[in-house]
Amino acid sequence: MSAPAHFAPGTPVRVGTGDPPSHVRTPRYIRGKPGVIERICGRFGNPERLAYGGDGQPKQTLYRVRFRQDAIWPDYAGAAQDTVDIEIYEHWLSADSDKS
Amino acid sequence: MERGVHDLGGLPGGPVDKSEHDYLPWEKSVDAILSLLVNDKRLMRVDELRRGIESLDADAYNQLSYYQRWIASIAAILVEKSVFTKAELEARIAGIDARLRAGATS
Amino acid sequence: MTQHDHDNGHGHEHDTAHAPIEAADALGAYQLLAEAVRELLIEKGVITAAELRRQIERMDARGPHQGARMVARAWVDPAYRRRLLADGSAAAEELGVAVDGTKLVVVENTAEIHNLIVCTLCSCYPRAILGLPPDWYKSRDYRARAVREPRRVLSEFGTEIADRVSVRVHDSTADMRYLVLPMRPQATDGWDEARLAKLVTRDSMIGVAPALGAGEAGD
Repeated sequence: MSAPAHFAPGTPVRVGTGDPPSHVRTPRYIRGKPGVIERICGRFGNPERLAYGGDGQPKQTLYRVRFRQDAIWPDYAGAAQDTVDIEIYEHWLSADSDKS
Repeated sequence: MERGVHDLGGLPGGPVDKSEHDYLPWEKSVDAILSLLVNDKRLMRVDELRRGIESLDADAYNQLSYYQRWIASIAAILVEKSVFTKAELEARIAGIDARLRAGATS
Repeated sequence: MTQHDHDNGHGHEHDTAHAPIEAADALGAYQLLAEAVRELLIEKGVITAAELRRQIERMDARGPHQGARMVARAWVDPAYRRRLLADGSAAAEELGVAVDGTKLVVVENTAEIHNLIVCTLCSCYPRAILGLPPDWYKSRDYRARAVREPRRVLSEFGTEIADRVSVRVHDSTADMRYLVLPMRPQATDGWDEARLAKLVTRDSMIGVAPALGAGEAGD
């Protein structure tokens, strides 16, 4: 049995600000931004290891995280309720304590 | 660290060019090769393909077409995995080239 | 399969220093590379020519019509719609669409929400279901702007979304692949699935456009 996911749907989280030179799937525009867990997608091989011929173990929990557009772009010109959903691996997320 | 050449979300851009091209036979062949290597033969991962593409320098990334980037990455990864050597690849390229030349002059 | 280019009109090539460059240019350096990789993989027994041919045929058989069938079924069958939204891959397989390991997530357009799909990092797309993506989906401009200014990008595709409707962009960064379930067009009551499927375009399943209107299919 795999370990339970760290974050439940609805949890406010913040994306890390790391900047590794290697293959990552966390786009730059979302780093450091606050969002909310929309769903737990499951556990998958870590792409950051798979990219270099590794077996991607141990598997990482993948989440779909929802972000308000106006929390990402300071001058977002669309509607206030517009969002972006992105899949992010657990090791890039931490609980956003000022939002609980 | 500078942003990766492939990490485009939020960068400035122009109007989206909606013209489409029919996939050329060689492009379909590249797509099919990748699919076989990843799904059927489990020789390569999509993550490796992506990593190979992301390590192209900015000029190559921006100037090469989509499948040109793919085949550049696939070839490099297969050499990395010793499926064939760089020397074998170069010899084969020269060989095909010579065949074409012979064909073109006949 | 090599391709000969006779367009340059040269007969006997005496200047051998230029001939390889012309021949290579005629085929294209990357096309040459693709051919070399193909031949070596076959010679070394990694793949066979037959497998390659079959894979290309499989790719050619895929296309938006597969997704259109799923959407049309969801429009007429509420239980299928629920299954499609809960597990897109299983629902696709139910209709005989081979998903090849794709983890398909179907997102539904409603009166309150309009969905748009992009892959900012490369060009992830539900290829097993929809076939190969259009060039614009893979373009720098789409990948850069779809997350940043989706409403403006939608306008460029002729799609205006009212302010009271949320635009929800999905950036396929990991293992999921997305397909939009567009809203069923007005004035299509009683239409059968085949007729409804004709209204479902590739672009409506990416989210840059709604499905065609009842009068638009040229039915």
